[in-house]
Amino acid sequence: MAENLQLYSISENELEKCLKCSICTVYCPVAGVTPFYPGPKHAGPDGERYRIKDASFFDEKALKMCLNCKRCEVACPEGVHIADIIQSARIKYSKHKPGLREFTLANTDLVGSITTLAAPVANFATSFSPVKATLDTIVKIDKHRTFPAYASQKFETWYKKHAAAEQDKYEKQVSYFHGCYVNYNYPQLGKELIKVMNAIGYGVKLLDKEKCCGVPLVSNGFATQAKKHGEINMASMRKSVAEGRPILTTGTSCTLMMRNEYDHLLHIDNKVAQEHLLLATRFIYKLVEEGKVKLAFREDYKKRVCYHTACHMERLGWTIYSTSLVKMIPGIDFVMLDSMCCGIAGTYGFKKENYPISQKIGEPLFKQIEEAKVDNVITDCETCKWQIEMSTSAKVLNPISVLAEAIDYEKTKALNQ
Amino acid sequence: MNADISKKHYDVIVIGGGATGAGTARDCAMRGLSTLLIERYDFTTGATGRNHGLLHSGARYAVTDKESATECIEENMILRKVARHCVEEHDGLFITLPEDDLGYQAKFVESCLAAGIRADIIDPEEAKRLEPSVNPTLIGAVRVPDGSIDPFRLTISNVLDAERHGADMLTYHEVTGLIIENGRVLGVNLRNNLTGEQSEARADITVNAAGIWGTLIAKMAGVTVNMFPAKGSLLVFSHRVNNMVINRCRKPANADILVPGDVITVIGTTSDRVPIETVDDMRVTPEEVEVLLTEGAQLAPALATTRILRAYAGVRPLVASDNDPSGRSISRGIVCLDHETRDGLAGFVTITGGKLMTYRLMAEIATNMVCKKLNVDKKCETATTPLPGAETTPVEKPKSHMYAFNAKVGRHGTYAPSIDSHDEIANSLVCECEEVTVGEVKYAVEKQHAGTLTQLRRRTRMGMGTCQGELCALRAAGVMCNVCKKSVDDSAADLADFINERWKGMYPVGWGSTLNEAQLISNIYQGLCGLDNFAK
Repeated sequence: MAENLQLYSISENELEKCLKCSICTVYCPVAGVTPFYPGPKHAGPDGERYRIKDASFFDEKALKMCLNCKRCEVACPEGVHIADIIQSARIKYSKHKPGLREFTLANTDLVGSITTLAAPVANFATSFSPVKATLDTIVKIDKHRTFPAYASQKFETWYKKHAAAEQDKYEKQVSYFHGCYVNYNYPQLGKELIKVMNAIGYGVKLLDKEKCCGVPLVSNGFATQAKKHGEINMASMRKSVAEGRPILTTGTSCTLMMRNEYDHLLHIDNKVAQEHLLLATRFIYKLVEEGKVKLAFREDYKKRVCYHTACHMERLGWTIYSTSLVKMIPGIDFVMLDSMCCGIAGTYGFKKENYPISQKIGEPLFKQIEEAKVDNVITDCETCKWQIEMSTSAKVLNPISVLAEAIDYEKTKALNQ
Repeated sequence: MNADISKKHYDVIVIGGGATGAGTARDCAMRGLSTLLIERYDFTTGATGRNHGLLHSGARYAVTDKESATECIEENMILRKVARHCVEEHDGLFITLPEDDLGYQAKFVESCLAAGIRADIIDPEEAKRLEPSVNPTLIGAVRVPDGSIDPFRLTISNVLDAERHGADMLTYHEVTGLIIENGRVLGVNLRNNLTGEQSEARADITVNAAGIWGTLIAKMAGVTVNMFPAKGSLLVFSHRVNNMVINRCRKPANADILVPGDVITVIGTTSDRVPIETVDDMRVTPEEVEVLLTEGAQLAPALATTRILRAYAGVRPLVASDNDPSGRSISRGIVCLDHETRDGLAGFVTITGGKLMTYRLMAEIATNMVCKKLNVDKKCETATTPLPGAETTPVEKPKSHMYAFNAKVGRHGTYAPSIDSHDEIANSLVCECEEVTVGEVKYAVEKQHAGTLTQLRRRTRMGMGTCQGELCALRAAGVMCNVCKKSVDDSAADLADFINERWKGMYPVGWGSTLNEAQLISNIYQGLCGLDNFAK
């Protein structure tokens, strides 16, 4: 036994590997703008030692300020899962009962289903100042926030009516995890993905059953529900892979959650996601690089764009795929922004108490965007899009949308016959 | 040295700033005696600061030494009341593993009950539920009222209370000889260990409470107290692995006690006779580390893969019975020697043997003897009078700065609110691992005799956490430089001392993350700050 002793330490979320170097705190967007957040090292590994001793050391007020942007984890030279330590502590120790606000923000798919039915009314109402004032004072959703508009037709409904039948014609196929955002707020992105995939010779199917990935549920205190959703998603993905279809996404946070967090945060078996779930940009880039797919672009396409690295994109480490893909477009004048947090962090910035912090975090990014004088900002994350569009004059696009507008559909299709 | 002290004539001088010495000084002062406590370095530098921090139930001694067991459980119950801010009441388990004799359990429980120790046999499954880290192959478990106790806090609380009752304290003063005239000890010759200055202090009675070093003090007085230094090594793990004490239910052996204390866990001990000449520089050997780890993993398998912060060793003052100079019959019991009746040397008393657990009782016995000699008729009240910090149940928690406040309450009990926390500076953290604020550093300097970083560590736990001084030491040195009005050079030399002392404990367990940590510390202090240039 002795020879196996103590070669390395094993601890939940690599708690024990922390050397206290504090580089995570340097990279923390929240610690940089407010003295009331103790920073990831202290809220994470330091605090955890005390929480293990006695749950009464759990400081809800401080830990709630964590954006879960995971920039601390990217910075950590020892591989400590700092943000996961904080999120796990919130799941384990929080006694805070989620209220109406948390319910509304968390249940993106339930609220989405109801709202799309009455989209024009809902969109009018949420942009109407008396309604915003009520949300602000009673529900505590900040009045400065612009609610993402709801589409009048769900992506899933559109898909069944207009796209499903076509997809069977393609020999090669993928599944698409569209997420709540595409389904309820921005079906256009889903349509654009189908256009691009069809052009390169792939059919796009939906999963048998898709549920919200759980990101907003976990951050608003509904971990049990998130786990139920996660199990359903993983079962659907396993079926899809068994039928020969890898799964693509167009949103970073859903992807990160399902690939990297289901296992240790919610204790869901997510091997299938780790192996077969990819952002569409990574999937396409690899095909192009390997010469399996060719892209043809419109000659008249000209645009100056800048790319914003979403926090969870940074954590995935996949920025290079999206930017390389966009840079393949001959008419693109490309500006890379510094990698920094925009401040929204999913539903975080919607909460009244977080609004000032949220905007302060985003300030340097907003300034860089305005100074870049571009036609569009490109980012892989939908909530970054809301934040940047609300806080700057720029219009934000997903790289897939840029690809969809830039490719010569017919030519590309012919190249990939 | 304070000139008043050499001019003053005391009723009693107590030699030794460990738990026993501090406890004796407090007891003497509470009974109205004018008292001087002398310590050659800082408080708690000997065995007091180098043990498990176990609040023994006495169960460990029940089978082999009923007298010690009874003393332990009685003191255990007293300390839970009078030193509640130093105690964690989490109970302990005595587990039987497949290779152990389950028959021992019955004898063990019977002996515990006979000594007055609560001992409940519980189902192994129940034991696993109560303490998930326990070795899951266990076949038997007994629950006993073990706990943990912070010996640093305990000793300082005794010091503070002794001072409150008028006692004087003299740290960094080493006894170089005893003043003996006409067969009577009249006082001690002293050397200031910081300045080298010589002086003396006088009293009617001198109490030798110097632990293992007591044998050398006795020698200076020309009397023999036969002691056998027994080295015990321990390892500190970086977080709390277990929440209850875990012991092996068998005859006491190496590394069979695992104690959770504050945010860490300690495994110990080994036991080896060492020559008296070596007791000032104890180092933990690789063999000891291996024994501690292998045996420790039997109690809680997680230890095999848990980061070790450091290793340390202390020396038990085991005393041979007077009628057995060979040292074969060694007692762990309390030994109080009246050298007047024993050796014909008046005014000199030695209190030794015993354990941290029985420090209060040792102090009571020694003080009773002193009082008898001085014809003072005052009852001992230390069994019922709470120590400073333990007067009431801890104060209500504030809403903000919660970690630091909880930690302060843990360390200073009811005195926590008197620590400066009025602004952001006072509340900012010097030591993040152990939650020590600028206010607490000032408090330790002004109220608890902390003048160096090492002393500050013993008062507050600064530098005892995961980083082992990597970030906190520099900050603390800065704060101390201001608060103590030290020169920059002195502060830097103090910092160098502190970092070297931390390294001494990390060295025996220098692999994995601990080695990485040490490398980072070395890069910061030697590489970046050039601290070697300041070492004295």
